[in-house]
Amino acid sequence: MTVDAQALLRVDRLGYRYPGARMGVWAVRDASLTLHPGEVVAVVGESGSGKSSLLACIAGRLSPAAGTVHYRDAADQWCDVHSLTPRALRLLARTEWGYVEQQASEGLRMEVSAGANIGERLMGQGQRHHGRLRALAQQWMQRVELDPQRVDDLPREFSGGMRQRLQIARNLVTQPRLVLMDEPTSGLDVSVQARLLDLIRVLVARLQLSALVVTHDLGVARLLAQRTIVMREGRIVEQGLTDRVLDDPQHAYTQLLVSSVVAA
Amino acid sequence: MSRIPVLDVQGLAKQFTLHLRDSTVLQVLRGVHLQVDAGECVALVGASGQGKSTLMKCLYGSYGVDAGHLWLRTADTAVDLAQASAQQVLALRRRDIAYVSQFLRVVPRVPALDVVAERWLQASGAHATPADVQAFDNGNALAQARAAAATLLARLNLPEALWSLPPATFSGGEQQRVNIARGFIVPARLLLLDEPTASLDAANRRVVIGLIHEAKAAGAAVVGIFHDEEVRDAVATRCISVAAPAGGTA
Repeated sequence: MTVDAQALLRVDRLGYRYPGARMGVWAVRDASLTLHPGEVVAVVGESGSGKSSLLACIAGRLSPAAGTVHYRDAADQWCDVHSLTPRALRLLARTEWGYVEQQASEGLRMEVSAGANIGERLMGQGQRHHGRLRALAQQWMQRVELDPQRVDDLPREFSGGMRQRLQIARNLVTQPRLVLMDEPTSGLDVSVQARLLDLIRVLVARLQLSALVVTHDLGVARLLAQRTIVMREGRIVEQGLTDRVLDDPQHAYTQLLVSSVVAA
Repeated sequence: MSRIPVLDVQGLAKQFTLHLRDSTVLQVLRGVHLQVDAGECVALVGASGQGKSTLMKCLYGSYGVDAGHLWLRTADTAVDLAQASAQQVLALRRRDIAYVSQFLRVVPRVPALDVVAERWLQASGAHATPADVQAFDNGNALAQARAAAATLLARLNLPEALWSLPPATFSGGEQQRVNIARGFIVPARLLLLDEPTASLDAANRRVVIGLIHEAKAAGAAVVGIFHDEEVRDAVATRCISVAAPAGGTA
């Protein structure tokens, strides 16, 4: 693989096996991809295709059995994600990266207020002024179309779609450079999904974010991503321009995926 | 001195392998040659199913190609679209290549005016200043883009009451005018038009003819499919016949 100095993230021949998996069974196998600044890339495939495992390996949450993940940080230094100290990895995770979980309850702290959820990363960066944190939290609630009056409410008092928007605000408040999203819209009603997708689309463009979005929904890929990666049984079987992957799929599996979508 | 065409297609071949149908191979295009100069409009003609739209999608990059070259000359270089990386194609689409398809792929919740303005913003790169990102606002650029979009939508006679509404519920003709405005708001080097006037009335067809003339005068190389002969006669510099290779399936 040629070294692409302009890239933000380089994943090279990544492999991951779950502990205790049968011989020869890999959750992720030989996966290589590159993400550029300002780019949104979708990872599509069925349940169990290894999409979420790939994302967790990239974030350093899982340790791959093979391959490497390199990230170019804000200081323009390439770092090998899996040889960082746990402390350095945590720092990266709460400053330069965001991670949006499929279940908002896993990405939020459910026992503290909406405002505290949004302010947590800012506090982690040394902001202590209560009034300013609160004002910023309310500003971000507005940006994700939540009522800023509800800054003191607990996440459990919000609906599923609202929690997901709260999780997004919590992640984006420190203006991360790279956001990883694991099925951010699945499990939501269709109208709620559309609102969330539109919000993600606008935020990503406004903040010039790079994002890797795992989804089983080809419509989400079409709407959000300039490029799309197709995974099957742990392997990347096809990747390229989103419209080319969806309109002129080359791999038999991608053709099956595309032809299985029910058009509205 | 011979002119260098904006678009130079050499020996283009495109086939589809249908893996779900016993790997049937459909050979749609073979040995296609096409040169288009700045200021020219080439109309693709031929019966339905002969590959006109396929050729357009190859030019835009929505379809890959199996053989041949698609040279596009930009301000400072020439890119072979047949070999270009996804990043190169995306960069060209932001600025140099515009495509008006038959159908508007609508984004939920985005008003018609912003569907058009967005294309202007992408091309200008104006929403990229760090200060704007910080302020979460691209006020000035957005206002400019919306003004340009409004001018074009007004010219295409789209009622102003619709500008603030998402086009999902618009009629076919209204959606098509949004699509046309989006395609014409940024002067492109290569302009691809797939049946741009199919569901328009006579007055709006004339507006589109005017827009195409202006694009040509501004130096665009235009490739189009126009089933409407009146439109074709009005805009086409010449016609090129597209015919599928004999047999169809290989």
